[in-house]
Amino acid sequence: MAYGPHTHDDRGRMMAALGIESVDALFEDIPIDVRASRLDLDPPMAELDLAVRLQGLAARNRTDLASFLGAGVYHHYVPPVVDQMLLRGEFYTAYTPYQPEISQGTLQTIFEYQSLLAELTGLEVVSASHYDGATATAEAALMAVRATRRDRVLVSRAIHRHYLDVTGTYLSGGGLVLDEMPTLPDGTTDLAALEAALADAERPVAGVLLGQPNAFGLLEPMAQASQLAHAAGALFIAVVEPVSLAVLATPAEYGADIAAGEGQPLGIAAQYGGPYLGILATTTELMRQIPGRLVGETRDLDGRRAFVMTLRAREQDIRRDKAASNICTNQALCALAATVYLAAIGPHGLRDVASLGAARARELELALAEAGAPRLHSAPYLNEFAIRVPQAQAVHERLLQRGVLAGLALARWYPDDPELRDALLVCATEVTTSAEIRRFAAALGEELA
Amino acid sequence: MNVPEDLRYTPDHEWLRLESDEGTVGITAYAADELGDIVFVELPAPGSRLEAGSTFGAIESVKTASDLFAPVSGEIVAVNEQLSGSPELINSDPYGEGWMLRVRLDDPSALDALEDAAAYRTRIGAA
Amino acid sequence: MTDGTALATSARVGAAMAPEEARPGAGRQAMNAALQPTLAELSRPGRGGGKVPHPPADALARIPASALRSAPLALPELNEPEVVRHFVNLSHLNYSVDSGFYPLGSCTMKFNPKLNEWAARLPGFATLHPLAPDELAQGTLELMHELQEALAEISGMAAVTLQPAAGAQGELTGILMIRAYHAARGDVARTEVIVPDSSHGTNPATASMAGFRTVTVPSAADGGVDLAALKDALGPHTAAVMLTNPSTLGLFERRIVELLDAVHEAGALAYMDGANMNAVLGRFRPGAAGFDVMHFNLHKTFSTPHGGGGPGAGPVACNERLAPFLPAPLVVKAAPGSYRLERPEERASAIGRVRAYQGNVGVLVRAFAYIRAHGASGLREISDDAVLAANYLRQRVGQGYELPYAGPCKHEFVASGRALRQATGVRTLDVAKRLIDHGFHPPTIYFPLIVDECLLIEPTETESVETLDLFAEALLAILTEAHDHPERVKSAPTSAPVRRLDEASAARKPELRWRPMTGAGTPCPT
Repeated sequence: MAYGPHTHDDRGRMMAALGIESVDALFEDIPIDVRASRLDLDPPMAELDLAVRLQGLAARNRTDLASFLGAGVYHHYVPPVVDQMLLRGEFYTAYTPYQPEISQGTLQTIFEYQSLLAELTGLEVVSASHYDGATATAEAALMAVRATRRDRVLVSRAIHRHYLDVTGTYLSGGGLVLDEMPTLPDGTTDLAALEAALADAERPVAGVLLGQPNAFGLLEPMAQASQLAHAAGALFIAVVEPVSLAVLATPAEYGADIAAGEGQPLGIAAQYGGPYLGILATTTELMRQIPGRLVGETRDLDGRRAFVMTLRAREQDIRRDKAASNICTNQALCALAATVYLAAIGPHGLRDVASLGAARARELELALAEAGAPRLHSAPYLNEFAIRVPQAQAVHERLLQRGVLAGLALARWYPDDPELRDALLVCATEVTTSAEIRRFAAALGEELA
Repeated sequence: MNVPEDLRYTPDHEWLRLESDEGTVGITAYAADELGDIVFVELPAPGSRLEAGSTFGAIESVKTASDLFAPVSGEIVAVNEQLSGSPELINSDPYGEGWMLRVRLDDPSALDALEDAAAYRTRIGAA
Repeated sequence: MTDGTALATSARVGAAMAPEEARPGAGRQAMNAALQPTLAELSRPGRGGGKVPHPPADALARIPASALRSAPLALPELNEPEVVRHFVNLSHLNYSVDSGFYPLGSCTMKFNPKLNEWAARLPGFATLHPLAPDELAQGTLELMHELQEALAEISGMAAVTLQPAAGAQGELTGILMIRAYHAARGDVARTEVIVPDSSHGTNPATASMAGFRTVTVPSAADGGVDLAALKDALGPHTAAVMLTNPSTLGLFERRIVELLDAVHEAGALAYMDGANMNAVLGRFRPGAAGFDVMHFNLHKTFSTPHGGGGPGAGPVACNERLAPFLPAPLVVKAAPGSYRLERPEERASAIGRVRAYQGNVGVLVRAFAYIRAHGASGLREISDDAVLAANYLRQRVGQGYELPYAGPCKHEFVASGRALRQATGVRTLDVAKRLIDHGFHPPTIYFPLIVDECLLIEPTETESVETLDLFAEALLAILTEAHDHPERVKSAPTSAPVRRLDEASAARKPELRWRPMTGAGTPCPT
């Protein structure tokens, strides 16, 4: 076997100690009726052959296009120091720090992750991480339900469609209600509709959920939305993008009770969907409502500072059916990636990353408008926006042949919306080049001509 | 194990001390010892109701968590605010400073449904 | 001799040293009362920079002031050499599979092949955007499709979703599918999920999240589910029974045929927690045996690294009956040799998404490589060796510790320190901590909850017989120590980077972050 140490003699020695002649004797407790005989799978592969096969599969993917696709996952420059730290076996082949005396490496990095995200969000309590932005958002909605003992959550229509779907799935178990709030023609959430929904005394609201930037890349009036939520006794939940927090107002500044978001932009590769990093942060008041692991500072018997998993009594292994969530693990290695990334890039670097993205996006906006595809919405954006393109989906497909991944055809997410049927959601980051922007604009101009 | 004679007990290890129509509620020394280092207690607000046999809060130690069960029905007139900052009082003085709440009993005769010290001692196997 | 044995041996030598000498940190910078300063403590305004170009001055001119931060972001400022030293020093404070034996029961801490790390980082896999059109993603889609088929074959099930991010999420997926199945039949009275008292805590927590009431049934004296108690609990209100098989006690459920018959006779469905599949690859196929749905833990059975607590992946496999309810999108075959994701409208009966995009694909690449490296015969050999090693170790540990259940065990076993505690006052927690001084990661302790002073030990198939012997000798030596020098065991560990921690203070007054930083008002270095 590829990675096993046992020689024929080793197995013989163990079997002799057990007084058996064949390992089959150890499987006689499986009732004969349900014993399997063999698996219908290919034979083993030598490492060399497997390496060639894997290289072939990776090469079948096409990642050479000029990409303007974001929609929740963003390509950024990741300094190589991040992956080199991740590749230390001491980190990636350890498990949950159940034994803190020999897990201080993992525990301190999680504490540092919590602290860094607290600086970014302005919120004091940050969980050790969740699966991804969508599940963190769903858990935030469930927190609001528990904290307010109400069963209805309002969510902006301009929220990432997968986040909406996952939140719906998570809320479905408890028979909870998820209502969508409409958007205005400028692309932001309709606050008058939100206010009206909050005023329904028959159906009190647990939480209000808005994205900043929202799913169209636009900046929402978060402070006003937060005030409306609080006036109705509901919690305000901000779905945030962490790089943008280097320049945008923090969730704490606009009064959010909970922030959730996708940590992938902090040094984690796109990987066709994961593993990513679910960010979940809240206020000290709601500390005991937050699901998942938390690491806290303490001392050892000699008074030495050390870190330990804490407030564990909320978790599934202790509370079982009364736990705040069934979550067992976190995404510790992804949290480590974010921690190394933030340490390496620093506060000025992160601000530069966010600002460069904004500058490149503005360059993209002007180039695409010139090519005949103006912005769809009028609200301000940071580094992602929608453009109006007739027959957007068909144009998107044709641009692929020209080596351009022209963002996301919004019809994929809003198939029933006639306006969004003719729209592409495009983004730029610090890795987007002027040459790529020119190539996109030229190709689009020719398609539209 | 300390089981004061003048208190009444539930099978879930809460105690109740009656003074006229008001009772004080806490958990027993045995329960505090079994839980270990207590780190957090969640208690209801004064003015809310207790329903005998129903949960009124939760208690957490480093390694476990447990619900708290109301020994009697009535209105809560006070809760021990000190416990939010110093939950360890429940370990150090479960029948004194570690008290949890005071309740005005709907029916003082409900006391009769609770165990006396001898019965509780038998339950926990204490001499 | 394997690396693990070498390290375990050297750590044993380390245990004999005075605590100060054995601590990492000696010979490096002075460290006051902390092992390693935090990033905030290391920060000096003005350090670092140079990673990305500076933006134009008017980059944010079009953002309304109300949407911008009122105070500049405060984060640590370090140069790259300091960053590297910080994390390398922290890594030295960790125990890991790469450094030694990690017999953490129920977690399957086996060796993580290095080829798989290389593969997941191939740019074609790593940089692929999750919303890339199918035609750009053919390599990953082919891999995912092949992995779906392999997991279906291994489980004896009809269909597989790779979406769930972890075992616990796989459970939620499976239970929500069962809920949807009953609802589709108009059978809405089924409000209960039954779990045995030996189950993982995630099982009842999952049932609650999915809106069910949990009913717990006791285990029989032999460690299996009490069939009579299960039959009593089953009824028209039962939606599902969640079983871990082999169980958390490391035992195969001998009455599995009768149990599954009883579940199905009651109109309920059977969920299998596949946490312990490492014991039965090629020996037991849950779908063929009658389970309706199960999850895999790819980070256990198929050796994707545990990452200090994640990420993992928890694919769900199910039979024909439940297949319509699998969350979308699945990977399906398109034209010959090409693959695509299901379209949203394609399967209206699907339960909603459980996470964004397609799953922890980076983890899937590693699991795929592991399955392909081993093939049919190799997978069976994994389980054979894991079970042989566990039974061998069980017999050796049984020379000093109580074994509450009769063998054979599967890939792990429980032992009890009850007699030791009665005789010496030394608890299983102390034994576990003392193992650290002997150079080993302790096993899982106090789980399952039904065994007093429980040790749950899982050696896996990648540990040599020499390592197993050393570990058994260490456990037995601690027994003697507990009788002769109980204080030494109770005060362990003394050779680890830190001694036992004050967990009570940490929970009473939680300090979950460093003090807010203020330094970043410094001008941006140009």
